[in-house]
Amino acid sequence: MSNALLLIAYFGVLLAMTKPVGLFMARVFSGERTVLHPVVAPVERGIYRLTGVDETKEMRWTTYAVAMLLFNLAGFLVVYLLQRLQRGLPLNPRELSGIEPRSAFNTAVSFVTNTNWQGYYPEITMGYLTQMSGLTVQNFVSAATGIAVAIALVRGFARRSSREIGNFWVDLTRATLYVLLPLSIVMAVFLVARGVPQNLNDYTAAVGLGGETVLIPQGPVASQEAPKMIGTNGGGFFNANSAHPYENPTPLTNFVQMVAIFLIPAGLTYTFGRMVGNTKQGWAIFAAMSALFFVGVAVTTVAEQSGNPLLTDAGASQETTVNGESTPGGNMESKETRFGIAASSLFAVITTAASCGAVNAMHDSFTPLGGMVPLANIGLGEVIFGGVGAGLYGILVYSVLAIFIAGLMVGRTPEYLGKKIEPYDVKMAMLVTLVLPLSILGFTGVAMATDEALASRWNPAAHGLSEILYAFTSATGNNGSAFAGISANTPFFNPTLGMAMLIGRFLMIVPILALAGNLAHKQRATVTAGTFPTTGPLWIGLLVGVILIVGALTYFPAYTLGPVVEHFQMRNGITFSLE
Amino acid sequence: MDTERNTITSGAVATGGSPGGSIREVGLGPDSQGLPPAGQRPSSGDSGKKAPKRNLFDPGIVRPALAESLRKTNPRHLWHNPVMLIVEIGAVITTVALATNIAGDGEEQIWFVAAIAAWLWFTVLFANFAEAMAEGRGKAQAEALRRTRTETLAQVMIGGDRARIERRASADLRAGDLVLVEANDTIPSDGEVVEGVAYVSEAAITGESAPVLKEPGTDIASSVTGGTQVVSDWLVVRITAEPGRTFLDRMIALVEGASRQKTPNEIALNILLAGLTIVFLIVVVTLSPLAEYAGSPASITVLVALLVTLIPTTIGGLLSAIGIAGMDRLVQRNVLATSGRAVEAAGDIDVLLLDKTGTITYGARMAAEFIPAAGVSEAELTAAALRSSLADETPEGKSIVLLAERMGQRADRAYLEGAELVPFTAETRMSGIRRDGRATMKGAIDAVGRIVGTIPADIQEASNRVAAAGGTPLAVIEDNRPLGVIYLKDTVKPGMRERFDELRAMGIRTIMITGDNPLTATTIAAEAGVDDFVAEAKPEDKIRIIREQQAEGRLVAMTGDGTNDAPALAQSDVGVAMNTGTAAAKEAGNMVDLDSDPTKLIEIVAIGKQLLMTRGALTTFSIANDVAKYFAIIPAMFAGAYATDRDDASALDALNVMDLTSPESAILSAIIFNALIIVALIPIALRGVAYRPMSAAALLRRNLLVYGVGGIVAPFVGIKAIDVILTGIGMA
Amino acid sequence: MLAQIRTAVLMIVVLTVLTGIAYPLAITGVAQVLFPDQADGSLIERDGVVIGSELIGQGFVDRTDEDGPTYGRTLAGYFRGRPSAAFVEDGILVSSGSNYGPTNRVLIDRVAADVAVVRQENGLAAAIEIPIDLVTASASGLDPHISPASAAIQIARVARERGVDEARVRELVNDHTEGRTLGFLGEPRVHVLNLNLALDEEAPMPAAGAAGG
Repeated sequence: MSNALLLIAYFGVLLAMTKPVGLFMARVFSGERTVLHPVVAPVERGIYRLTGVDETKEMRWTTYAVAMLLFNLAGFLVVYLLQRLQRGLPLNPRELSGIEPRSAFNTAVSFVTNTNWQGYYPEITMGYLTQMSGLTVQNFVSAATGIAVAIALVRGFARRSSREIGNFWVDLTRATLYVLLPLSIVMAVFLVARGVPQNLNDYTAAVGLGGETVLIPQGPVASQEAPKMIGTNGGGFFNANSAHPYENPTPLTNFVQMVAIFLIPAGLTYTFGRMVGNTKQGWAIFAAMSALFFVGVAVTTVAEQSGNPLLTDAGASQETTVNGESTPGGNMESKETRFGIAASSLFAVITTAASCGAVNAMHDSFTPLGGMVPLANIGLGEVIFGGVGAGLYGILVYSVLAIFIAGLMVGRTPEYLGKKIEPYDVKMAMLVTLVLPLSILGFTGVAMATDEALASRWNPAAHGLSEILYAFTSATGNNGSAFAGISANTPFFNPTLGMAMLIGRFLMIVPILALAGNLAHKQRATVTAGTFPTTGPLWIGLLVGVILIVGALTYFPAYTLGPVVEHFQMRNGITFSLE
Repeated sequence: MDTERNTITSGAVATGGSPGGSIREVGLGPDSQGLPPAGQRPSSGDSGKKAPKRNLFDPGIVRPALAESLRKTNPRHLWHNPVMLIVEIGAVITTVALATNIAGDGEEQIWFVAAIAAWLWFTVLFANFAEAMAEGRGKAQAEALRRTRTETLAQVMIGGDRARIERRASADLRAGDLVLVEANDTIPSDGEVVEGVAYVSEAAITGESAPVLKEPGTDIASSVTGGTQVVSDWLVVRITAEPGRTFLDRMIALVEGASRQKTPNEIALNILLAGLTIVFLIVVVTLSPLAEYAGSPASITVLVALLVTLIPTTIGGLLSAIGIAGMDRLVQRNVLATSGRAVEAAGDIDVLLLDKTGTITYGARMAAEFIPAAGVSEAELTAAALRSSLADETPEGKSIVLLAERMGQRADRAYLEGAELVPFTAETRMSGIRRDGRATMKGAIDAVGRIVGTIPADIQEASNRVAAAGGTPLAVIEDNRPLGVIYLKDTVKPGMRERFDELRAMGIRTIMITGDNPLTATTIAAEAGVDDFVAEAKPEDKIRIIREQQAEGRLVAMTGDGTNDAPALAQSDVGVAMNTGTAAAKEAGNMVDLDSDPTKLIEIVAIGKQLLMTRGALTTFSIANDVAKYFAIIPAMFAGAYATDRDDASALDALNVMDLTSPESAILSAIIFNALIIVALIPIALRGVAYRPMSAAALLRRNLLVYGVGGIVAPFVGIKAIDVILTGIGMA
Repeated sequence: MLAQIRTAVLMIVVLTVLTGIAYPLAITGVAQVLFPDQADGSLIERDGVVIGSELIGQGFVDRTDEDGPTYGRTLAGYFRGRPSAAFVEDGILVSSGSNYGPTNRVLIDRVAADVAVVRQENGLAAAIEIPIDLVTASASGLDPHISPASAAIQIARVARERGVDEARVRELVNDHTEGRTLGFLGEPRVHVLNLNLALDEEAPMPAAGAAGG
């Protein structure tokens, strides 16, 4: 019952915030005045003056793409150098040493691509300056990059007979200043109030009641935690991420974090509708996302609450009432008591539906089906609200494909939002679509045939396959969550995962910008009764169907050898050991 | 030669619907269900239920198509079709695997590998067969046309001098040559009459047996087509087409598919299919190490089988057949499109620009009533009207005479002798006759008004009444005395309103263009049920309207025949020129209707839509099929995954939802289903999916249900059935 | 292109100063002024010594026990926390979950071993069931809570070991039990560290020492 209540409350809050947030963003990116202008506009102008940006000058898609790539390259270098050089830099009370090149490469790529996969233990690896000025900065700007690209694509649909799709520097700056920063400030202060540390102190030596002395890590956690969620980044200040009580101390902070993940992605659906001049179009996307979301939540929650029969055999009860007292029940391995099954399952679905990747429970220990949903969420391209920006542009590409396949069936050249879908558009959409299977299945195939990669498994048999599959799915999808038992900080995984992240980010963004440029140039056809309607339930069902079918066709065989077969093994009472 | 020509005639004209025919025929009525090869088609009267089937799989086309399917297995031919190329490569691979197995190096059962290899080859052949069938149907028609393109010796007038005639093969004629054609000559090439008057039979092209009058300087009537025949008198024709580029040449090339280029939509769909193929290639190739890891390695035969069932072979195999057949359906309706692109554009049309006269109405306005002025008897008016029209050869004039005779007046031809005829001019807008100092005239009310000063109230009232009823009032005056009004009635063709309602349901707006005054236009528009009209339109208004509509993002179609229609035809997205039209009009448009039936536009739109729908439906079906194929093959493939000692049953048994007998029969059933479905869908590919005018939402719902949901369900049933049969005959 | 490179470099510098220095320092300042206790990690001191953080769980088991895959035996007189996969490296407490998959033999064996330990330590009758959370590792390894059901089966033992009334221990357990926030957020839970601190305060172990300094 509380499971359902949680979902209803969560969705209610999300629904209520979609329009105001989306409307605000639409105004910001259309250059209209907002309530924040009196405070932020002077800062914005200052930034343009310092960096020499002419905010009135718009860009063609190629210029936009080059600017985006250069900025990300510069960001990569900053994060890489901060890691390599941190030993000699200030704010490193533990005197943590510089990070070795492969890991530094992996982490820099990871944060620049909005993946925030962590192959390291932050508590014993990252100094405060690296966390603040390297990772936190990317929590803002990689998210801002995603938003900028999504807005550029929306402009492609909204404009007609135009060569330009906006100015990257302006979109980047506005996304940071008007959207990400204000939300992060509010959330960071809230998190501190609820117990998240925010200091520059050395780690605290504590003598536990058991008598052993440990150093409890400290740091500027809240200021990194807030953009980590709002920008769907997900890179934890600590190893356990949002399961760590310092990152996510209470069920309420957990609720706020979950809302923060979907806040901008959901809002962007409204921004989209508003910018293309028909908010129903945005709500249709919202509805399709919601439908997929509910399916995922239902499967994972039921799977996790039903638990693991093998644990029952081992003598533990997975009921919610044991000996007349309350307990979360279900599969509680690697979940926190304060969150229980419901909030852990919901969080897992949200964080993978979006490209967040923060976790408040360890997906590796989920039941096979419960863990397959996060895997599939990412594998589908994180289009269920998705990453900030990335979710919207991802689902718009699916929309183009859905329109193209099924739209022909109404007897017209398919068109979406009045834009005819022609060979160039299909080509770009297919390029984007190819990225996921190519990188995910390609790298997984290589890894499964490499002994060194297999040695990184933490779990045996089908679950070991799932770990590797999840790693490349997460990296390509720029999610960053993991079946975290895998030892990814290795000579095999650091470069391959780094490549997967780069492929998954930029090989998608560039064709999407090309698509935006091509769409912007087109005339917008008038809507008639003969036009494929992209607002009603039929369209929503079609879009959901295409996403599911494309996903199912791509991953069915691989998933069969991973979570699916493991599910039946678990039911049949079969266990495995690493040889 | 004559008999041959007649043969063509029956073939070419047979399916042309009568102008008033219903749009519902498209793709539904028996008429549209098969292409009639020359002489094979039953006359339109007895299109019984058996006819379509016989037409579709006519042995005359099927037999060469079978041979052609073998020839098309040449990889160079399959290069343009990546999906089928992959299938063929797969067939080669499994054949090699079979050889290895027979040589004793393989571990699989030989019968299984052999069966897979065989069915993969069948898959390629079936797809080739579909394409060959579609091409064969076109070729049959082209062959018939080609027979009319006789190599005649033309009489070329050197320097335009009739005395200096040089005989030259028609193929050697250049544009600009002047050619003399006499009775019983075949006109050697497309051209324009510059001298002479003659009747020409265009039966070879249009199937219309009644000869047409050709004379110079009359726009429409001065254009002649190569291959048509002069039946009387002579003509001097200036050749307008370069050799090999005549109308007939283009027609043959189009029908044959020789000049067939992939349309944008086809290219886009091909990209999608290639992309999907790559996805599945990745899926299957990367699956091998995963299967190895799971301790259930997959043989190359099984991997190939999986790949072939997954890639969109159904649509991949039928795609070019669909395109050819779509073009073919147009030809069956006696419409020639200059490109496949134009056919697709027809499906996208948002606005139809229709001339009122001849399209919406019969055009010829008929006298329906004589309304006498006050103090004038009906007989007096009738007699005067008759006199004024005695020399009037226009249909209106003739109808006045007819009506007057029916009302008891006698047409006295003798009255014409010694009479002065007053012809109609654009200035006076009156015509009539003057004899013995008596001037009997008829004309537009305002023109009459100019002569008589003020129009009497009752005449004005009568004329308003006529106009309000959609008619055209003509005033009759004798010696400047207004006698009354002739009510010329313009009749809307039956069934137009229903057609426009259908178009509206399809999201297409109809705009009627008419030179009539707004009052008349309003009435006709209301009666016909068009969405909008432009009254008192001048020829240049058409192009303005088209540009306006296009600026708002609409695609516009129109028909035209005159030279002054040419700019508008060129500007429109789909411009259908009437075959009776001028060379300029035919050049400007991107389609020519051999029947010269303006309402054909509506059918053309339906054909365009049907073409796109067929592609979409079969693509959807093809992709949806994969779900069941996975459920057939994957559990079979991984039966031994992660086997442990205590593991007696495969953990994946639960996925074998179809309860297929054995892994081998499961995989084989999927492959066989995959091959047979191509054959099963050839009729749909060639005929097009059923199309009824309705809103896009309704169409989508219907087609998604049939081809989407149906595409998911059908293979479950089909594969299970094949498995049962295989088990029954002991192959599993 | 050169201009773009210049802009890119300047832009990352400016945004780093803004979001990577100004923003976190400003938040730190605000946090230290408004919520100094939380900002410094909600630390708990006893007798002038930091014994931990209110948010960070402690295991209350003897982890040196090497007989089998079990998490360990409970320290006498204390409520046992959840098994933990957190570890200490260079003295630093590193958070971690177990990451064992559901069909991993190691997981099943560990749960079975812990079930046996809990049953034996608490002398549970066969009819008493072991709640799942008490024998499964938390996600962070630092989970400060156990479920009320997991506390309940330990009450008798703690009371016996501390030589106090079961009812009093039960009362303390109830005092340190939190319900769901707003009725649907989170799970009912018992704060193990606070409960054990309260026990030390109110009913010190008969043989002092186990509680440490």
